[in-house]
Amino acid sequence: MSTKTTTVERDKAGAEPGMLALVCLAAWLVPGGGHLLQRRMQKGIVFLIVLPLMFVIGLLLNGRLFPLEVSDPLVFLGAIANRGVGAPYVIARMLDLGAGLVTAVTYEYGNTFLMTAGLLNFLVILDAFDIAMGRK
Amino acid sequence: MFTGHFLILVVYALLVSTAFATLLRDDPRQQARLGAMMLGAFVLFAYVVAWLMFPLPI
Repeated sequence: MSTKTTTVERDKAGAEPGMLALVCLAAWLVPGGGHLLQRRMQKGIVFLIVLPLMFVIGLLLNGRLFPLEVSDPLVFLGAIANRGVGAPYVIARMLDLGAGLVTAVTYEYGNTFLMTAGLLNFLVILDAFDIAMGRK
Repeated sequence: MFTGHFLILVVYALLVSTAFATLLRDDPRQQARLGAMMLGAFVLFAYVVAWLMFPLPI
């Protein structure tokens, strides 16, 4: 008897809601965590290094972690992007980092690094989700 | 911390291309190849656009 599984069977096996939620939560909280949880070590380690490093460089470049202000749509979107990176964001807020220095020459660069780190982590979360669903 | 525009550009391009190459390819060799191509494209494109914008009064 063959041991091969069809795509439908793999989808069913990977589509358990609890596991999916756990993978997505891990992927958000620790960049690359969703991949590490699913034994995609190489990818997980790369994300674990690159995304927090990008976030830290953003802080060192005097970037700002934006507040969730609905009245200012651009600031609000920036805040969502900032929060995408997960634990590094939480740690930075706990340490009162990310106040931003608007007069610094690197201020906008810092913002770009901070937001890009979060947005890339959103893509990493989606990739981990696809793996958990058996699509990859 | 470093403040040179070009250095920041290269660091940014390096990190973004590494993340994208890792996302888009499974084989490490292909990841390295795609990452190098993306890094080169990022830097070259930014350099060319920067020179094209240089005469503009902005």
